[in-house]
Amino acid sequence: MLTDWIYGLVGGLMIGSAGAMYLLINGRIMGASGILGGLIDRSGWSNGAERVAFVAALIVVPGVIALLSGGSDAHLSGNLWVVAIAGLLVGVGTRLAGGCTSGHGVCGISRLTWRGIMATVIYILAGAVLLSLLRHAWGLI
Amino acid sequence: MRLIFAALAGGLFGAGLLVSGMTDTQKVQGWLDVFGDWDPTLAFVMGGAIIPMAIAWFATTRRAAPVLGGTFPSRPPQVIDNGLILGSTLFGMGWALAGLCPGPALASISWTGGAGLVFLITMAAGMFAAPQVRARLDMYWGMA
Repeated sequence: MLTDWIYGLVGGLMIGSAGAMYLLINGRIMGASGILGGLIDRSGWSNGAERVAFVAALIVVPGVIALLSGGSDAHLSGNLWVVAIAGLLVGVGTRLAGGCTSGHGVCGISRLTWRGIMATVIYILAGAVLLSLLRHAWGLI
Repeated sequence: MRLIFAALAGGLFGAGLLVSGMTDTQKVQGWLDVFGDWDPTLAFVMGGAIIPMAIAWFATTRRAAPVLGGTFPSRPPQVIDNGLILGSTLFGMGWALAGLCPGPALASISWTGGAGLVFLITMAAGMFAAPQVRARLDMYWGMA
């Protein structure tokens, strides 16, 4: 739809403003996999409370907005095997790579770091190749 | 204060993900579907997010320290190691399979039900296992 890109741009500006605030006020990089991963593998427990506050708000705020605006649909696959394997790949992959779409993508590219740019190119390429195979070559999704 | 601003950032991040449409797996998979009905929305989201973030990075060069103290994150050595390449490849594959990455997976958990919970649990398991996986790969490849 024509309006999708406007919502995308506005939402993107909100995401970037959140990252800018976290950087300039708290002095931290807003990367979802790093913030959560540091809690899970204990490497970030020294500032764990800050991470918990971030993650809690990340869950609650969109939940409340969706509730008030009549719900939202993620169109997530109902195939639990697919979802489980995807989650495992995302969990291991983002931690091996040291970042995901927010950390390497938003925060890395905006800082013009070579690692952020390369990671983003690689995960988009890998994703596009697999999705094209699954959808157009094998007709699985 | 640190907790309040961490929560404000997390909340604004989540709201932005919802508004932008990035909590909708169809839009993310649509972005990756370059040979099908390609959806360019993600590029606008990424572009929109990079603008304030680039200004913020510039501001860190003009300020001595973050508002609430401490230091700005140092620029890590820019080495493209095997961990970055393998990790990003695996992440991209998982991203394509479900259309979720870590931020949206958390932001949408209120309405993704059992499948969303399964994704979060296996993602957490993957994150928990990652240091072990890295240690094993280090022995063979020298990923550090």
